[in-house]
Amino acid sequence: MTAPEQSARRWLGPAVFSAVAVLALVAAPLLLEPFRLGLLAKYLCYAIVALGIGLAWGQGGMLTLGQGVFFGLGGYAMGMYLKLNDAAGDLPDFMVWSGVEKLPALWKPFGNPVFALAMVVVLPAAVALLLGALVFRQRVRGAYFAILTQALAAALVILLVGQQGLTGGTNGLTNFFDFFGNDVAADETQRGLYLLVAVVLGALYLGARQLVRSRFGRLLLAVRDGEDRVRFLGYNPATVKTLTFAVSAGMAGIAGALFVPVVGIISPALLGVVPSLELVVAVAVGGRFALAGAVLGAVVMGYARTYFSEELPDAWLYLQGALFVLVMTLAPKGIAGLAANLVRRREVRA
Amino acid sequence: MRNSLWRTGAAFTLAAVTLAACAGQSPTNDTAASSGGSDTIKVGILHSLSGTMAISEVTVRDAELLAIEEINAAGGVLGKKLEPVVEDGASDWPTFAEKATKLIAQDKVATVFGGWTSASRKAMLPVFEKRKALLWYPVQYEGLESSPYIFYTGATTNQQIVPGLDYLKEKGKKKLFLVGSDYVFPRTANKIIKAYAAANGMEVLGEEYTPLGHTEYSTLVNKIVEAKPDAVFNTLNGDSNVAFFKQLKSTGISADQMPVMSVSVAEEEVRGIGVDNVAGHLVAWNYYQTTDTPANEKFVAAFKAKYGADKVTSDPMEAGYNAVYLWAEAVKKAGTTDVEAVKKAAGGVSLDRPEGKVTIDGDNQHVYKTARIGVVQPDGQIKEVWNSGEPIKPDPYLKTYSWAGGLV
Repeated sequence: MTAPEQSARRWLGPAVFSAVAVLALVAAPLLLEPFRLGLLAKYLCYAIVALGIGLAWGQGGMLTLGQGVFFGLGGYAMGMYLKLNDAAGDLPDFMVWSGVEKLPALWKPFGNPVFALAMVVVLPAAVALLLGALVFRQRVRGAYFAILTQALAAALVILLVGQQGLTGGTNGLTNFFDFFGNDVAADETQRGLYLLVAVVLGALYLGARQLVRSRFGRLLLAVRDGEDRVRFLGYNPATVKTLTFAVSAGMAGIAGALFVPVVGIISPALLGVVPSLELVVAVAVGGRFALAGAVLGAVVMGYARTYFSEELPDAWLYLQGALFVLVMTLAPKGIAGLAANLVRRREVRA
Repeated sequence: MRNSLWRTGAAFTLAAVTLAACAGQSPTNDTAASSGGSDTIKVGILHSLSGTMAISEVTVRDAELLAIEEINAAGGVLGKKLEPVVEDGASDWPTFAEKATKLIAQDKVATVFGGWTSASRKAMLPVFEKRKALLWYPVQYEGLESSPYIFYTGATTNQQIVPGLDYLKEKGKKKLFLVGSDYVFPRTANKIIKAYAAANGMEVLGEEYTPLGHTEYSTLVNKIVEAKPDAVFNTLNGDSNVAFFKQLKSTGISADQMPVMSVSVAEEEVRGIGVDNVAGHLVAWNYYQTTDTPANEKFVAAFKAKYGADKVTSDPMEAGYNAVYLWAEAVKKAGTTDVEAVKKAAGGVSLDRPEGKVTIDGDNQHVYKTARIGVVQPDGQIKEVWNSGEPIKPDPYLKTYSWAGGLV
């Protein structure tokens, strides 16, 4: 590779990032109708979760099938605050029709916005730290870890549905009015929320990228590719994996919290086994070995879901499935793998 | 060097944000662009066409499409044909909210017919209230709701559950066992049943919930057998009914000895459960395929002609079919599809429908309906054994029932 080509490659990443940023932050809000912009904001929320999955699975080799748990914890933390804020001292609406007469102790601290916002990250990260500390120390990995996370998602759904008076049951939390002083249904609020989601995603992407390129990131890759070797070199793989898992959980929590005002609902249906799997599928489609691939996958699959279901409400699920099969057959490393191949091939030719 | 490039990128992003924030107003809405002028009126139809609820909701969609076709054949509404826009709620509550928004904001439909589960209605409610659009919800539900932007054409509790309890009381059934799926309708229904029982000298021996889609009922049926109730009140939904009734049949207890009163088992479900397992048990609804009215004769014939002779009609289908007609009637009365005008005109609108006379109650936007108790027959049809004689005034908050005082 000659010097100018090397410098061209160096420019490629930042240039693409900036172009996408301009597209997302300037072009999209100006060109898209409020309804479509809201949908894009939703895809970007999922992209934040996908980024976390990309980090844990693509970089760290931890196939997590229960990311919905952390998404849900963040979402419910935010939802509980918004509900209490709307109720302004009274009981939230669903408690009234569930026969609850006094605000449960669990809910009380969530009336404080600072506490609720902190819990958005702290709760998921703490659960992940605890789970990681228990599981990775015992050298549970691979399929066993995946099954464990999936079971956690299933269990959380049953817990939430069963405690209707405390959690809103299957209905979840819905019908929000006020988001920190703004009318949550107003177009301007939704546009502001979209920009917030986009900026948070950008910042988390840069942060995750920095993490992967740090010494810690190299260690993480090493753990993925040869855990025992890393252990013999004197590092503790359990610590590396636990921390990474917690970071990815924190990201899912932030995504859940942003999702609530954007979409206006958080319910058990959003955080069970199926939605968790859908996100892993999205990451696989985008390309799990590149963080940008994970983000891209979530947006592509989210858009495909909307597009197919609007065009063919009777048969869209087949198309969605076909898209997954097609991408996996043609590009086992996802869209990002395909793009990387193209860039490499051009360089070889040059 | 690489890092500094990335920092440049990040700084650029920051600049872009500032730019976007200053860019001022969002693109202007082209409201009324598609609603005026054209010679059709768009109406939205939003049911689950995929996922666990599809089996039930597809039949309601079919009935609503039939109503639209009939209205168009008779000349349409205000001289315009109705144009259905069908969307898939996918048995997923946030998807219902998303598609409702799409129908209102993008397709600019005059009204939406849709929903089945209470959770899907609760998810759509804020969308319709905030955008001041109309939803017609066609399924019996747990009451305790009266949104100004929803019309409820299914039964509320005092038109289905309370008459069901009255019937059991009349038959001398004093000890009840409650079985339900774990979500808001069964839980609220059971709260009402317990209050009714306490005030009417009845006893609730047990109250059990299973997750939606649950299919293992041996433990639960054993509990029921041990408790020896006079009757079971069943609020299970969907597939669970199949497993529950099979298990119950295997105990050898007959429907005469211990009848099960179901409020979510209609003609369609009877076929799924298997007639052998459920024949002789009781159901409470406002309409059966066998209901003897001229309008029903036409409805059943038209439905079979369009969708096949082996198809059955059921209460939620009929309520969806009615919803389209009631809306069309209100629009004719208002002379416009404008939401506020239609709402105002809807109160008092009265039509002879397959279930008998239905009238919209302008106060709570529910519908006067005749309660009917039926027994499942060996041929899969349901025979009416009792009815309320006249349409019952809807009372979603049970305000006129003294025993229900502590509920709301």
